[in-house]
Amino acid sequence: MPDVAVVGFAQAPNVRSTPGTTNGVEMLVPIFAEVFERTGLSKEDIGFWCSGSSDYLAGRAFSFIAAVDAIGAFPPIHESHVEMDAAWALYEAWLKIRMGEVETALVYGFGKSSAGQLRRVLALQMDPYVVAPLWPDSVSVAGIQARLGLEAGLWSEKDLAEVAARSRADAASNPAAQFSGTAEVADLLDAPYFADPLRAHDIAPVTDGAAVLVLASAERAADLVDSPAMITGIEHRVDSPSLGVRDLTRSPSTAAAGRALDLDGVELAELHAPFTHQELILRDALGLGEQVRINPSGGVLTGNPMFSAGLARIGEAASRILDGSARKTLAHATSGPVLQQNLVATLEVLS
Amino acid sequence: MSAPELPLSAPLNVGFDYTRSVGPVLGRFVNALRERRVEGVRGSDGRVHVPPLEYDPVTAEALSEFVPVASEGEIVSWSWIAEPLDGQPLSRPFAWALVKLDGADTSILHAVDAGSPSGIHTGQRVRIRWAEETVGHIRDIAYFVPADGSDTEPTEAPPPVAKREDGAPVSVVITPIHLKYEHSASPEESRYLRGLAEGKLIGQRCPSCEKVYIPPRGACPTDGVPTTDEVELPDTGIVTTFCIVNVPFLGQKIKPPYVAAYILLDGADIAFLHLVLGCDAADVRMGMRVRAAWKPRDEWWTSLENIGHFAPTGEPDAPYESFAHHL
Repeated sequence: MPDVAVVGFAQAPNVRSTPGTTNGVEMLVPIFAEVFERTGLSKEDIGFWCSGSSDYLAGRAFSFIAAVDAIGAFPPIHESHVEMDAAWALYEAWLKIRMGEVETALVYGFGKSSAGQLRRVLALQMDPYVVAPLWPDSVSVAGIQARLGLEAGLWSEKDLAEVAARSRADAASNPAAQFSGTAEVADLLDAPYFADPLRAHDIAPVTDGAAVLVLASAERAADLVDSPAMITGIEHRVDSPSLGVRDLTRSPSTAAAGRALDLDGVELAELHAPFTHQELILRDALGLGEQVRINPSGGVLTGNPMFSAGLARIGEAASRILDGSARKTLAHATSGPVLQQNLVATLEVLS
Repeated sequence: MSAPELPLSAPLNVGFDYTRSVGPVLGRFVNALRERRVEGVRGSDGRVHVPPLEYDPVTAEALSEFVPVASEGEIVSWSWIAEPLDGQPLSRPFAWALVKLDGADTSILHAVDAGSPSGIHTGQRVRIRWAEETVGHIRDIAYFVPADGSDTEPTEAPPPVAKREDGAPVSVVITPIHLKYEHSASPEESRYLRGLAEGKLIGQRCPSCEKVYIPPRGACPTDGVPTTDEVELPDTGIVTTFCIVNVPFLGQKIKPPYVAAYILLDGADIAFLHLVLGCDAADVRMGMRVRAAWKPRDEWWTSLENIGHFAPTGEPDAPYESFAHHL
């Protein structure tokens, strides 16, 4: 089976709101052009297209169809879609290349989180019989998860503020980040609670955005870019949808996905943690030690475009290989409430 | 030069009744709620799950051993919502909590009416505050209150409903879902809609394949590039294809039979759907020449509704070959 590499990545600026449409065309057209320029490919060269987005975010059915205009889908194309983060669209595209059906694939994700009230819209991804009818918002549910760890002594509010401060400082080198800057941990802890025990700095901001990533078989990749980022492992697992059954202070599905991979020698990890405490859960689940640099991009605490943020983690981790600054990186993506579904990938220099 | 106009946007409110059949496990649970009782289900490892799970989280076996549990229990964890959102169980500040009912081993997510964050703590005893009227739905549990406190005044929440034959158990639960959005048109669509408000039909040409789209699109579906060159089109064209509507339906504004047709304006490369009136439905033909019948000017706004319908001009039909590639 052919190995698969990432050969290009681009993302739209992560912003609080755009005046554009919910179909993402305005955000996608420029970043498609960007990856085509970087890889020398044109749309005719792409064997398979796959996207991740959500009708609930757009407020209309089959909303991903309108985004296909951004592709210029003539002659007719080979296309698919997942109603979750586009990291899972990448998984589908990875399979297409592994199976030898295509040599190249373009994966994209987009979402206009600002069109509705995000934390209320996200209630609808929970159990539709006994949970969603109560409209529990995503921030409150994460607050319940954070308190479990605080009261068990697994982390402190200061630990959480340190995650936020480091993320903001790191985002200074990421032009796509929604915000960045220096923040003193003590000042962050002085801020009022937004959803006790969470403060604003513990919560990823509402963000509109889009991302695109190009995959190619190893053979094809070598002709396209100097230093392709080989996907040497990719696994995804899911935990029970029942919140009261799970130990919310841990992420068994992330741990299981990580165990299936060889994480030795990982230099940096891009973790998809929309809440500060979730970064600590993920680091623990993956057994990432002090030597592993976490979220050099600033992570989603500095910009969390729904349905493309997980794909962007893979893109950021791949970019460190593509630009020659790392030899082995890890990417993690999540989908669903409080880390329900998790995908882990390792990326390495093509040997 | 003035700043470019922002795209048009407007509130978009969507709503529907989420109607679901409950099956044997959740059915038993909601029917017990209707009688103000709580039932859990025992898993393969002996744990009692509340709310009940249809399949075991460890072995994935179907579960069916029901266990009655108390309507009182303790708080496992909680968070505070200072400004409740639409549809939540309370409209005054409250806590979301995981509550482990006595006799259960897993916890249920629900609201606790605790007044302020100082009125709640992990391990606190709480009990169910039942809805005034129970129908067989998770919202029969209105919320929880401290076990040693008195009942509090319920706040208004959207009514969930359940369907049942008289005397029969509840088999379907209905949850009204309402979401509010701010919907934005694309810059190209906005130019088109603003043009309509002035009685103009504005299309745009793809700079690559030179096709003219009306309404214009964010990107040419053939080339994937924005359609930038503006083209004002006449209000005359042809019927490419059509159907005669004979069926009445909810919200219909015209009495059947009438004709819904694809209209291809002169100079355009894409047809749009509109009405053809002003002749007998049986006389409408593919290739028939038509012209827009505009409503009175004082009724115009940013909408294609400004054209009430298209009517035949009486000119000779367009030959089939001239529009065959637009079908």
